[in-house]
Amino acid sequence: MTKSADEIAVAGRDLAFYYQPGAWIFQGLNFSFARGRVHAVLGLNGCGKTTLLRIMLGLLKPKLGSLERRELAAFVPQIFQAIFSFSSLDMVLMGRARRIGLFSRPSKLDERLAFEALEKLGIIHLAHRPYTELSGGQRQLVILARALVSEAKILILDEPTSALDLGNQALLIKRIRSLSRDDGLTVIFTTHMPQQALAVADDVLIMTPNGLAISGGVREVLTEENLTKIYGTEVKLVEFERRGHKSLALVTMFSED
Amino acid sequence: MGESESLEAGKTYAKPASYPQSSKRQWLIPVLAVLLMVAIILSLLIGRYDLSAGQAVETLIGDEGEVALNDAIVIKTLRLPRALLVVLSGMGLALAGAAMQGVFRNPLVGPEILGVSSGASFGGVLALSLGFSGGAGLIPFSFTFGCGALVLAFVLSKLARQRSSLGLVLAGVVVGGLFGALTGAITYLADPETRLPGLVYWLMGSFATATRESVVFLAAITLITGLPLIGLAWRLNILSLGDSDAAALGLRVELLRWAVVVLVALFVAAQVAVSGGVSWVGLVIPHLGRMLVGPDHARLLPVSALLGGLYLLAMDDLARSLTAFEIPIGLMTSIIGTPVFAFFFVKLRGRGWTND
Repeated sequence: MTKSADEIAVAGRDLAFYYQPGAWIFQGLNFSFARGRVHAVLGLNGCGKTTLLRIMLGLLKPKLGSLERRELAAFVPQIFQAIFSFSSLDMVLMGRARRIGLFSRPSKLDERLAFEALEKLGIIHLAHRPYTELSGGQRQLVILARALVSEAKILILDEPTSALDLGNQALLIKRIRSLSRDDGLTVIFTTHMPQQALAVADDVLIMTPNGLAISGGVREVLTEENLTKIYGTEVKLVEFERRGHKSLALVTMFSED
Repeated sequence: MGESESLEAGKTYAKPASYPQSSKRQWLIPVLAVLLMVAIILSLLIGRYDLSAGQAVETLIGDEGEVALNDAIVIKTLRLPRALLVVLSGMGLALAGAAMQGVFRNPLVGPEILGVSSGASFGGVLALSLGFSGGAGLIPFSFTFGCGALVLAFVLSKLARQRSSLGLVLAGVVVGGLFGALTGAITYLADPETRLPGLVYWLMGSFATATRESVVFLAAITLITGLPLIGLAWRLNILSLGDSDAAALGLRVELLRWAVVVLVALFVAAQVAVSGGVSWVGLVIPHLGRMLVGPDHARLLPVSALLGGLYLLAMDDLARSLTAFEIPIGLMTSIIGTPVFAFFFVKLRGRGWTND
């Protein structure tokens, strides 16, 4: 953790949070996310991953400790049920809210940026379709486009693949990687699937129920011992070669013996 | 706007803007506006005293000396103020209802939900039972109690430490219940020979008392509250996604919601003060608007306002021409409004809340 200040996108020091006094979600949480990298946040259900994201976004204030974030962050929440049937284009335009005056509407320029974001994610044909009629994967891409048009340098995604089938999971993971590598965005995402972290993350933060966190490079943190200990079920990492590169596959041991 | 343009000025765009455009019903707003104008003129002709369209127009724009005195009295002091008051009420109520449904993300919400109508109704009933009859005493009383109801709801939601929109709705329901009960008490205690008929008649809503002053008052309030609401329309779209999403997109959710609520409350209090409670317009018309132009508030709010004005004007014309005596407008809107609402209620279940 000896990064110079301008390399850090988001850092938390001794963070602690509760919703009900006494029932700490986490305490003494330290992390420092470097700029331009992909960071995966892992942990069991209820350990405070989403809460941590909301603190990073400034939507919640930590009860103790301090959070530092110098750049604008955009959020991709878990898929939510929209009540009104806005078109995908209208949904994406809402990402421009910070740049549009209180009594104003999106300009032609805003509209063009929205179209460009849709085009970039390969869903421009959905522009005038109602968001409410899209599939889960399409919705996720629309919300991702909405985050992109905000011109935020930090992209925060809450379990972006939780509602997606295998093919759409792979598609989204590839998008995340290219947003970091090609566009230089800092990407922070939570996931329940360590194999996704292995596939795309540079760094990993694992939150544990006792409040301690393990963080570091993906290969150092996501070891068989750590994964087995955290998830309480035996996990094997299998090394294999693909196109001349060594890759890791994660296998969960479901058998009893 | 200028700032964001200049921020982007350095960027170059490889492609011209040749993206697919959606076909919106752009003609709808001018068509509705013309329809409303025609409906207002036609409304001037309806009534016991027969007038031709030519006479009506002549009375409105002709020279003072050339117009028949009776025509002028009927049109300028009776029918025109009434038609304008009806249109302003309908427009404002539908606009307020559309904004409230967006802010509270709830299709079953109307402008009445805050308890403001109940408060204003109580104020009006109180003024009537104290012996005020004309607008001079009644309107200030009613308006003040309507605004007071919102202050009560605000205090209540703060005491309960409720920051969510649901907390505000609950506070509004409580306050509305309180004033409803107080109104009931006054009605119960009112002298059935002298005061009661006037109270009941006023509570059901009537535009018969329209005067030039009440039109000016409501027009001013409608402008003061309606224009900012329409101005905030695009922000309302974002607010309708829900609190956490809107906050993540950079909106000051609580402040914005209170701004909308205060604007709506001001209008509702004024509307009840000049004409008594008119239910269902604010609840039903926005659904019709959404079916016509979709959920974008920038178009939904003006379209709802125009539809609301048209609808309430038609209801009022029916109310004063169907029978020899006048039917209270609140009764008309409820009798026609409830089946319409029931229809939407059944139709919207299971399909979500969409615009097709």
